[in-house]
Amino acid sequence: MSTDVVISDDRASSRDPRMNETTPPLPTVKVSASTNQRETPSRSADEMAQQAKKVVAHNVDFYYGSHQALHAISLEVPEHCVTALIGPSGCGKSTFLRCLNRMNDMIEGTRVCGDILLDGEDIYRRGTDVVELRKRVGMVFQKSNPFPKSIYENIAYGPRVAGLRKRAVLDEIVETSLRQAALWDEVHHRLDDSALQLSGGQQQRLCIARALATDPDVLLMDEPASALDPKSTAAIEDLIFELKTTYTIVIVTHNMQQAARVSDQTAFFFEGHLIEVGATNALFTKPTQQKTEDYITGRFG
Amino acid sequence: MSLVGNTPSPLNTPSPLVPAAGSQQLLARQAAGRPWAKLASRLFSLLCLLCMWTCLAALFLLLWQIFSYGWARVSLDFLTKSPSQIYPEKGGIVSSLVGSIYLIGLTALFSVPIGVGSAVYLEEYAPASRWRTLVQLNIANLAGVPSIVYGILGLGLFVRTMGLNRSVMAGALTLTLVILPIVILSAQEALRAVPSTIRQASYALGATRWQTVWYQILPASLPGILTGVILALSRALGEAAPLVAIGAATYVRKAPKNLWADDFSALPLQIYNWTDQSQEAFHEAAAGAIVVLLTVLIGMNALAIMLRYRFAKRVQW
Repeated sequence: MSTDVVISDDRASSRDPRMNETTPPLPTVKVSASTNQRETPSRSADEMAQQAKKVVAHNVDFYYGSHQALHAISLEVPEHCVTALIGPSGCGKSTFLRCLNRMNDMIEGTRVCGDILLDGEDIYRRGTDVVELRKRVGMVFQKSNPFPKSIYENIAYGPRVAGLRKRAVLDEIVETSLRQAALWDEVHHRLDDSALQLSGGQQQRLCIARALATDPDVLLMDEPASALDPKSTAAIEDLIFELKTTYTIVIVTHNMQQAARVSDQTAFFFEGHLIEVGATNALFTKPTQQKTEDYITGRFG
Repeated sequence: MSLVGNTPSPLNTPSPLVPAAGSQQLLARQAAGRPWAKLASRLFSLLCLLCMWTCLAALFLLLWQIFSYGWARVSLDFLTKSPSQIYPEKGGIVSSLVGSIYLIGLTALFSVPIGVGSAVYLEEYAPASRWRTLVQLNIANLAGVPSIVYGILGLGLFVRTMGLNRSVMAGALTLTLVILPIVILSAQEALRAVPSTIRQASYALGATRWQTVWYQILPASLPGILTGVILALSRALGEAAPLVAIGAATYVRKAPKNLWADDFSALPLQIYNWTDQSQEAFHEAAAGAIVVLLTVLIGMNALAIMLRYRFAKRVQW
């Protein structure tokens, strides 16, 4: 990809963030040379089959008012694996992601049917503690959204609202989380500086660290690298690779190379339907559905 | 959303810079070809400039007159002495100055919690409904109600029904009514300026609504809320009509001691009283009091601007 294209892309996205999504990534072009070959290969279908089912969605329908955004989605997310949700804009991948920690509850006039089980328990069951759920299912957003507070306060917020007060424990959580997000070395000497002074890539890693601070089981990532340059993107992708040993990760991305690089399992969404799901290697090399093939070869986006 | 087949590749989308630069050159050439259009454009900008200077000239004239008239009277004595109806050139404004300070202090005490609380409810809790729209519409309308109307309400409610007489308390409650809609609207504006991504981030970390409002939304919107509150209070400081309506005194010698019972006066009322007298010395005293009032108002406005500036610098969304 030439530099010119990258720049005009950035300009477009700065006016309208969705412009970025409608631009189909060209599968023949390698995004960046800095994206190294990793030693850890992604998990095969057999390996994934041995993992416990962390999240199981069964026949999930979702409505914005009278508009049905998801149609009978059934998907299993194996533990300690990265599941990528891909598909064109408006296909429902983000909506589905936001069902998993019930962030859609905040939008008025929405409705969910079907079951979503986290460790075998229905998270939409009456009486589910949504606050507790969101501590177990952390989320990183497309646009980095640090609180306008210090770096330390950003990380400590989650544990604090959970009732943790001891400074020593908080200090430890802040350090561990920042180390996990590969940010500690860059910021440990200025934890009291405003988080808004960090660069875009650092801010996004801060948001990941913040999500890790509540010690979740599952980490949801909604296009976490779409607003970042290739170097920061590579850093985030390396991070995802590290994190999957501890966490179960579900990532939404419009970038197919990214899905291919970081994920073990890929699910392809189209117009609210789950078209195909399978081990990432298999789905990208031997898709079983025509639509999937058309999409991953860049025939539409 | 179906995008099958018709999405342009980024490679053949022209750079957004090219047409913009081209059309600018085109515009420049067209303007050069039409001298009339150029002249009209010049004339229009001159007209706008004239309008601005007319405003400023009126303002400066007013200020110059007040200051040249009253500046000589402003001194420490003027601020600390009781007013005199017999020797206007020796009297001061202490009773009405203190009255105004009490009045504004109490008005802030009442209007800030009630106003900010209402704004938080409307913005963060109230579900979208017709009822909410109705309440919102009414608050916007109340902000436009003439203050004398609130004065008459205060007379009936606080002075007579609640038996507060013409005390500072009655005055402060009446002024609270006057500025409450303004405080609510400006606080809502400040709350709305906090991006929804902050709310989402907080909820996603397992924070409750109360924690999100208290630890994230309110701190982030505080400078904006304060700016609105200060501007509303400076309006309350300059109000005379509602205080006249509740029957507050235009002349008292002593500052009030009992806020629930004693008669009080405020700077605008004292000024009103003095300008009504025939002796020249009273007019000078009035001008002096206006200088004091304006100084306090400008000070409050400067504080509001400073807060807004610091807010804009510190927080960039």
